Amino acid sequence: MVYDLKSAKEPPLKERGAIAWIRHNLLSTPLNIILTLVSIWLLYIILPPLFNWFVLDANFAGTTKAECTNDGACWVFINQKLKLFIYGFYPESELWRANLAILLSGLAIFLVASEKTSVKIKATALLILPTISTILLIGGFLGLEHVATDRWGGLLLTLIISFVGIIASFPLGLLFALGRQSKMPIVKTLSVFYIELIRGVPLITLLFMASVVLPLFFPDGVDFNKLMRALIAITLFQAAYVAENIRGGLQAIPKGQYEASSALGLTYWKQMRLVILPQAIKVAIPNLVGSFIALFMDTSLVMIIGLYDVLSTVTLASSDRDWLGLGTEGFVFVAIIYWVFNFAMSRYSVKLEKKLDTNRRD
Amino acid sequence: MSSMIKISIVAALFATVATAGTLDDVKKAGVLKCGVSTGLPGFAEADKKGNWKGLDVDYCKAMAAVVLGDSTKVKYVPLNAKERFTALQSGEIDVLARNTTWTNTRDTTLGLNFAGVNYYDGQGFMVPKKLGVKSAKELDGATLCIQAGTTTEMNLADYFKTNGMKYKAITFDTNEQVDKAFFSGRCDILTTDQSGLYAARTKASDPSNYVILPEIISKEPLGPVVRQGDDQWFNIAKWTLNALITAEEKGVTSKNVDEMAKSSKDPEIQRLLGAEGTMGKNVGVDADAYKKAIKQVGNYGEIFERNVGVNTPLKIKRGLNQIWSKGGMLYSPPFR
Repeated sequence: MVYDLKSAKEPPLKERGAIAWIRHNLLSTPLNIILTLVSIWLLYIILPPLFNWFVLDANFAGTTKAECTNDGACWVFINQKLKLFIYGFYPESELWRANLAILLSGLAIFLVASEKTSVKIKATALLILPTISTILLIGGFLGLEHVATDRWGGLLLTLIISFVGIIASFPLGLLFALGRQSKMPIVKTLSVFYIELIRGVPLITLLFMASVVLPLFFPDGVDFNKLMRALIAITLFQAAYVAENIRGGLQAIPKGQYEASSALGLTYWKQMRLVILPQAIKVAIPNLVGSFIALFMDTSLVMIIGLYDVLSTVTLASSDRDWLGLGTEGFVFVAIIYWVFNFAMSRYSVKLEKKLDTNRRD
Repeated sequence: MSSMIKISIVAALFATVATAGTLDDVKKAGVLKCGVSTGLPGFAEADKKGNWKGLDVDYCKAMAAVVLGDSTKVKYVPLNAKERFTALQSGEIDVLARNTTWTNTRDTTLGLNFAGVNYYDGQGFMVPKKLGVKSAKELDGATLCIQAGTTTEMNLADYFKTNGMKYKAITFDTNEQVDKAFFSGRCDILTTDQSGLYAARTKASDPSNYVILPEIISKEPLGPVVRQGDDQWFNIAKWTLNALITAEEKGVTSKNVDEMAKSSKDPEIQRLLGAEGTMGKNVGVDADAYKKAIKQVGNYGEIFERNVGVNTPLKIKRGLNQIWSKGGMLYSPPFR
């Protein structure tokens, strides 16, 4: 007699696949059922009009406001003003320079972020590529037209300000963080004073000081570049926050690590570089990225000193007499740009945390 | 507004005494630094290539043509309401053409000089046509949308008090919000400067459903401003504006200016265009400086029609901004 092995019965329909998932996650309790229904109803009343506005009733083709005859969004506006949003007042014939500069800086970021490059390459890339970008943007040599910084604008300016703010504030903030932990009284007092002073005032105040009050103390005719003033203000501001974030990391390092590294006979700087900071910065990464994301959005404050970042070019464009009343489309567009960049930064930080996570904390 | 004035006064205390010789500085730099609005429909706005245009922008261009002979040699410095006066005092700009109301306090306490009026504005009201309101006197008990922290609020309170009427104000932070609220029906009436009302009206889905009431409840003469203490520069600013107005009065336009300079028998036109007299030399610029400005930018009427006139989306009628001989307020002292 041969016994056939009976194949196992599949689980009942209720416990498999999508149905099971829905039962367990959406309809498990009466409360969940109600919440699910309410959510579906909310989506039903929100999504279709939104989709209509964005896509179905929207206007895509054309070159003037008059051609926006449908009720939905007038994307023609974005299309027509795109150059202004991306490059500000950068001369049209020179746009390739702006593109190349963005590309080079992007390459620098990529090389620094990549796992395959050595520290030397990272450092060189970070020093050289942005410098080339800057020279390229300014021009004034080899037949390249000089483009004054007041013609830089739009997304280009937003990226420049955030890039410089993030890159320059990091080493400065690191020094202040170490200074604040230092046992030398003068260094410590100065660091604490600086950090607390800067953190005690809003960025907008610093920008305003840099733009409006500083020139009054300069001799007449000395025209200190406005963008430079803004960059310095933003870097000084961000450095204080970076310092506090790193200090948080430093405090999370057990005392034993300091003592052990001292016992090995490492000097202060070696101790910091080899033992303490790698661990401290790892702990500080989520906060650091958080403050960098905040900085990216804070760059829109340069509007008050008459610099045109991406948000203010939108405001400017929507006050064009031929395109009045299209602010909503512009702001939606800017929101999408901000979201893309911030989301990318946030994903990168998650990746970095995972990569650096060697602690066995459970 | 008032906090802005305070800031400006403090700034004025710090300001160094304006140096004479702005003209020489500008000639040496080869570019006129002109302060404009960060974006006001019809007055200062950027087209899709990022070129500036507008009524105030055209004044900058005219002045550059007078001083440097080329209306394109302008560096536009966009300024917000708060920093505009300090920018002028600190020498960051040479002239401010930023829809700035000429008031006693500003003229006398900030170390500034107003070079005249290039647009007569005033606060007005816009209502939906279906309300059937014909005059601001019928607005008792109305709900109004206004922008917070502006002179608009004070003017409004004064006007309704004077006329013994009641009102309810809903304030918003920005212009954009005020307009949105009005068109979505949150209030019956929108009030701001008239030029702003015309700009707001174009945002309506059907502009013809809204009317702008005839009453003007405040005086807002807007004009270009220069630093106090440099009389030559002040004169250039003043007479650039006067030249544009005189040109319209005398029928000189950007198109016929060359012909006029040659063949006109009117001695004032001859003097204006530098064919006769020393009008240019008097202020240290070329004899035909005003001619260049008119040729490159146009007379006042051309500037007005091009930027805010009835053929633009703003559809503003000349009204007060008409030449005096046609019933307006524009009146230039003679070129003599």
